[in-house]
Amino acid sequence: MALAVSLAVAVTIGPADISTADVWASVAGHLGGGGSTLPPLRDGIVWNLRMPRTLLAAVCGAGLALCGAVMQSLLRNPLADPFVLGVSSGASTGAVAVVVLGVGGGTVSLSAGAFAGALLSFALVMLLGHSLGGGMDRVVLSGVAAMQLFSALTSFIVLTSADAETTRGVLFWLLGSLTGADWGQVLLCAAALGAVLAVCLAHATTLDAFAFGEEAAAGLGVHVVRARLVLLSATALLTAVLVACTGAIGFVGLVLPHAVRALTGSGHARLLPVTALAGAVFLVWVDTLARTVVDPQEVPVGVVTSLIGVPAFVAVLYRGRRKT
Amino acid sequence: MTDSRPDGGLRADRVARRTDGRLIVDGVTLFPRTGETVGLLGPNGSGKSTLLRLLAGVLAPSAGVVTLDGRPLPEVGRRAAARRVATVGQHAHTQTELTVRDVVALGRVPHRRLWVPASDADARAVTAALERTGLTDRAAQSWHTLSGGERQRAQIARALAQEPRELLLDEPTNHLDIQHQLDLLDLIASLPVTTVVALHDLNLAAMYCDRLLVLREGRTVAEGSPSDVLTPALIEDVYGVRAEVTHERDRPVIRFLRRAPRPASPGEDRPSPVP
Repeated sequence: MALAVSLAVAVTIGPADISTADVWASVAGHLGGGGSTLPPLRDGIVWNLRMPRTLLAAVCGAGLALCGAVMQSLLRNPLADPFVLGVSSGASTGAVAVVVLGVGGGTVSLSAGAFAGALLSFALVMLLGHSLGGGMDRVVLSGVAAMQLFSALTSFIVLTSADAETTRGVLFWLLGSLTGADWGQVLLCAAALGAVLAVCLAHATTLDAFAFGEEAAAGLGVHVVRARLVLLSATALLTAVLVACTGAIGFVGLVLPHAVRALTGSGHARLLPVTALAGAVFLVWVDTLARTVVDPQEVPVGVVTSLIGVPAFVAVLYRGRRKT
Repeated sequence: MTDSRPDGGLRADRVARRTDGRLIVDGVTLFPRTGETVGLLGPNGSGKSTLLRLLAGVLAPSAGVVTLDGRPLPEVGRRAAARRVATVGQHAHTQTELTVRDVVALGRVPHRRLWVPASDADARAVTAALERTGLTDRAAQSWHTLSGGERQRAQIARALAQEPRELLLDEPTNHLDIQHQLDLLDLIASLPVTTVVALHDLNLAAMYCDRLLVLREGRTVAEGSPSDVLTPALIEDVYGVRAEVTHERDRPVIRFLRRAPRPASPGEDRPSPVP
């Protein structure tokens, strides 16, 4: 409900003056198949610009928050987020390789490059983590190492090969941006979100069982290695899809699960869907803020989430300090 | 020892476990009888924890077999095994914000089905486990506010919520003061399940266990009733310390002796140190 209202209202906010009634008219027209009753320009703004962008924000926020919640439980680390396995930095390197170095000779899009980079990075992290002994702390350390490596590679490529204009474009994407959202991206991300949400919900009690660590989970009948592989792969895949479409939008996955946990308790059957919903509403509003706050300029949405996220991150650290 | 009944609950038959080329457990056989409390003794690194993990099925043996009612554990399956065998470790740690009831309810994980919410049977098992461990009025309290002894009791409640017939405990009293050690062992000894418990304290083992198994370097060096097993000779042999053993109500009581190199006072029956 909150999500539906947020979506409808967020679509109306922006340089062109659109009312909620216009939004309903446009949506009803398109979904009803009878064509919109609005003037074509207005209808175009609603249906082709604002709607996909707002929906992408919702899907992306839901996906990142979901991945964050799963990672935090699985890695038993309150500071884990969807990017902890190096997925976002791998995506950046992939995107930069395509845009700046021209890998693929123009046949590959930035998103495809980012997706490939993300999966490569994830595979590297899993391989490294496995060869270091396979424990969750090893996986986290491997993720940090991969993050450093790929960040350095990205900087190296940008600084040595890119011109000023390309650098600006790449940077905007790296910081996370929902500009240029289209229906194709929305549908792709929504499909990935739906599939991964189903996988995670099916593992809700398994995630509960990880509260006292992997050995305790095994004692409760959990196939630890299998559950870990399935959940890490599913969340990494969803993160890779999202990052490929929007760049790395930070801190949604870190902060939202903590806020929601305080409301729902730590049972994953409730935590996961509520976190996804909260993430969706949150990112819709943050994106609205990002495209209006310094009108007519647009701030990358990742910058805004980080500005809000860092104080929240500190609060999480502070709580952790009290507990130990 | 050569008992070959086909049933008999949880059994380890000549199990071995090799880690990094070293044999941690080397051909140990353990057949706990239904309802008895078996104590595992031995110095640090003698393989007690590893043997318990083999029994729980968390580790796979590199040789030998652990069976549940005659079927090898891998055949039984992890979830089915967790509905029969519960484990409690030395001390449990979590950063997750959980109530005592949440923790106990984890014991229902192996009983839960996909997409089905917790049932009445789940709720009953949790309530019964809380009652049995005297934690009913703590149920809504945060796990993090519990004392060490209460946390261990909550873990035992969680294990009971699994409705096991076999309970495995790895030095459950390790971080507790003496009062809570006795409380916890009273509770454990009163449970209507077959129990295998690793213990450090020989006197506690003598007080609470029906049978003892002593390990050294992964091998069984003695097995039997506390009176049969806990002799000055065995204690010196396994732990390298001298001790006097007296008996009180059929249970041995161990008093350790200082290492002072003075000759034994006359009249005392004490094994002389091996030159």
